Amino acid sequence: MTLPTGISRRALLTKLGIFFNSVVALILTVPVVRYLLSPITRGRKDGYDAWVPLGNLEQFPSGETRLATYRNPVVNSWDGDTADIACWVRNVDGASFQVFAINCAHLGCPVRWFPQSNLFMCPCHGGAYYQDGARASGPPERGLFEYHYKIDGGKLFIRASEMPTPGQASNIVRGIQPCA
Amino acid sequence: MRLISSIGEWLDERLQIGSTIRETAEHEVPRKTASWFYVFGSAAFAVFIMQIVTGILLALIYVPSAGQAWSSLQALNHDVALGWYIRALHGWGSDFMVALVLIHMIQVFLFGAYKYPRELTWIVGVFLLLVTLGMAFTGQVLRFDQDAYWGLGIGASIASRVPLIGPLIVNLLLGGPIIAGATLSRFFALHVFVIPGLLIAFIGVHLLMVVKLGINEWPMPGRLVRKATYIKEYHELTKKDGMPFVPGAIWKDLFFSALILFSLAFFAYHFGPFGPSGPPDPTIIQTVPRPDFFFLWLYAILSYLPASMETPALLIGPVVGILALLLLPFLSGEGEKSWRRRPLAVLTVLLAVVALGTFTHLAQHTPWSPVMDAWSGIPIPNQFLKNRTALERQGALVFQVKQCHNCHSLGNEGGKRGPALDSVALRLTQDQLIRQVIQGGGNMPAYGKNLSPAETTALVAFLESLHPTGQPPARDASRTIASDAKTGGAASSSP
Repeated sequence: MTLPTGISRRALLTKLGIFFNSVVALILTVPVVRYLLSPITRGRKDGYDAWVPLGNLEQFPSGETRLATYRNPVVNSWDGDTADIACWVRNVDGASFQVFAINCAHLGCPVRWFPQSNLFMCPCHGGAYYQDGARASGPPERGLFEYHYKIDGGKLFIRASEMPTPGQASNIVRGIQPCA
Repeated sequence: MRLISSIGEWLDERLQIGSTIRETAEHEVPRKTASWFYVFGSAAFAVFIMQIVTGILLALIYVPSAGQAWSSLQALNHDVALGWYIRALHGWGSDFMVALVLIHMIQVFLFGAYKYPRELTWIVGVFLLLVTLGMAFTGQVLRFDQDAYWGLGIGASIASRVPLIGPLIVNLLLGGPIIAGATLSRFFALHVFVIPGLLIAFIGVHLLMVVKLGINEWPMPGRLVRKATYIKEYHELTKKDGMPFVPGAIWKDLFFSALILFSLAFFAYHFGPFGPSGPPDPTIIQTVPRPDFFFLWLYAILSYLPASMETPALLIGPVVGILALLLLPFLSGEGEKSWRRRPLAVLTVLLAVVALGTFTHLAQHTPWSPVMDAWSGIPIPNQFLKNRTALERQGALVFQVKQCHNCHSLGNEGGKRGPALDSVALRLTQDQLIRQVIQGGGNMPAYGKNLSPAETTALVAFLESLHPTGQPPARDASRTIASDAKTGGAASSSP
C-alpha cells in the first residue's frame, strides 16, 4: 500500500521504528552519561575537600620538616593502602606551618626531604625545592603544592582529599611563585 | 578420516562458509610478496592471540581491587603453579606485540603500502598502534605496584594541563579525587573489555581490507601508483606472476610466527615476570618510579623539555604526530612506492628510530635524576682525598653531608644531574666556585642559606683541589696581577 505522499506503509513504519529507537537511546543516554561523569559531579556537588587531622602539634618540632600521613576523607572500603596519603609538614617557627603535598609539581612523583641540605628532591626528573617549597631547580614550573592548614585543639588539620596536579584550579592548593 | 570429512560436510552444509574460507585462503597474491619482509603483521596477530589466552588465564586469579591486586599478583608469582610463567608470557608478550607492530609499521611505510587504494588499511593500522600502546599502558597499571601508582600520577599530571577542563579529566581518569580503588577498576574495564574490543574490531577491518584489496605488491623503483590505472595493473600482476596465498606464501608467516612465539616462551622462561615492585602504598616514598620499556622515551623527553615548552609539547605533540600519520596517505597517496627512490621516507624512519632509541637508552640510565642515596651510600674515591689538607677534607665532608654527591659525580660515581666535578677547579676560579655554591644558577639550587661561612670555605677549598696533577687550577688573572704588584713580580705557582 502506498500513501498519497508516495511513501510506502512499510517504509513509514520502518522510519517510525528507527525514530522510537532513537528516542529510547536518547533517554538511556542521560543516565549512562550521568553515571560516567559521577567522579566529576560528585566532587563538584558535595566537594571533595575536607579538614583532615595530621596529628598532635608535638609531632612537628619547631624548625623541622616531618613526614605525616592521613587517610583520605573520600574513601571506599576496597581502596586498601592507596587511600593513605603522605605529606610534608614544616613547622616554620613554632607558630606557623607549611604543609606540602608529597607530589612533585612537575609530574606528581613523591618528593623526599633532605634536612642536611634543606632541599626537597624528586627521584623522577630531578626537580628540587627549597625548604619553603619554592622551586630550586629542575623541570617543575612552580613550587610545591601547599595545603591550607588550621590548628584546632592542639592538633594540626589540613584541607585535603584531591590529588594535587599542575593544572588544578581547586582551592585546596595554595600557589607558590617559582623562585626567580 | 572419513568420519572427519563427513562431519565437515555436515557442518558446511549448515554454515555455508567453506567456499569463502577456501577462496580467501587460495586467493592469488603477487609472487614476490611471499617474502620474509611480509611476516611481521601475522606475527603480531599470533602474539595477540597469545595475549588473549594468557590474559584470560591471569584473570582467573587476579583481583582488580586496589586493596588486593598486589597480593593477588604475589600469589600468582609464588603460590599458583606456574602463575609466574603465565605472568611472564603476558608481560613479555606485551613488549613483543608493541615491537612487532612498530616493525610492521616501518615495513609497510617503507614499501609504500599506505598508498592508493590501501589508505584506510593504513589509517586503521595507526589506530591499531594506538590501541596496542593503550593496552601496554593500561596493562602496566593493572600490575598495581609502586610504578603503576606513580605512573598514574604522571598520567594525571599530564592530563591536568589541558586548558580549562584538565582537572575534570583528572577526576574522570582516576574515577575520583585520588588514585584509589575506582582508578584500578576503570583501568581493568579498559584493559579487559573496551580496548581489546576495539583491537579485535580494528584487526577484523584491517584483515578484511588486506584480503579484499590484495596484499601490497613488492615495490619496484619506477613503477608508480596512479589512481586511474593501479587496480588494473595490480590484477594483471597477480594474474601474470601470482600464486595462491595458501600454500604459496603462508609457510613463511607460519615459520616466523613459530619463531616469535618460541622466543617469547624462552624470554618469559629466562627473564621471568615483570615485578610487581613494592606495594602501591603512597606513604612509602622511598621509591624511584619508572615506566615500562616502551614508554621510557617519553620519560626522557619529559625531563629534557624546558619548563616553558613542556605543556604545549605534551598537549600538541601527540596530536600533531597522530595527525601526521593519519594524513600521510592523503598527502602522498600516489607515486613512487619503492624506498630506494624515497630518501625522505628512509630518513624519517631513521630519524624516528634513532631519536626514540636514544631517548629510551637515556631513560635506562636517568642521568637527570639525583641519585637519592649517593650522599650516604657512595664514598668519595680515595684519589680525591689523598694528600689533602684538613680544611679540604672538611670540605669533602660537607660535599657528602649536604647531598652535593646526589647530583654531582666524582670518579664517575654519584649523580649525573649536574656536571662531574673531577676537574672542576680547572673550569671555575675560587670566586666563581663561591658564587656558584651560594647563589646556585644554571639549574643548581642556591646553597647560601644552607651552608655556614665555615662550611662554604671548606667546601670551596675541597672543590679547588679537584684538578688533575700537573694542571694548575683556573685563576682570576686580575688577582694574579694584583698579587704580583704586591710581591714585586714573583709569580705564584702554587695551586
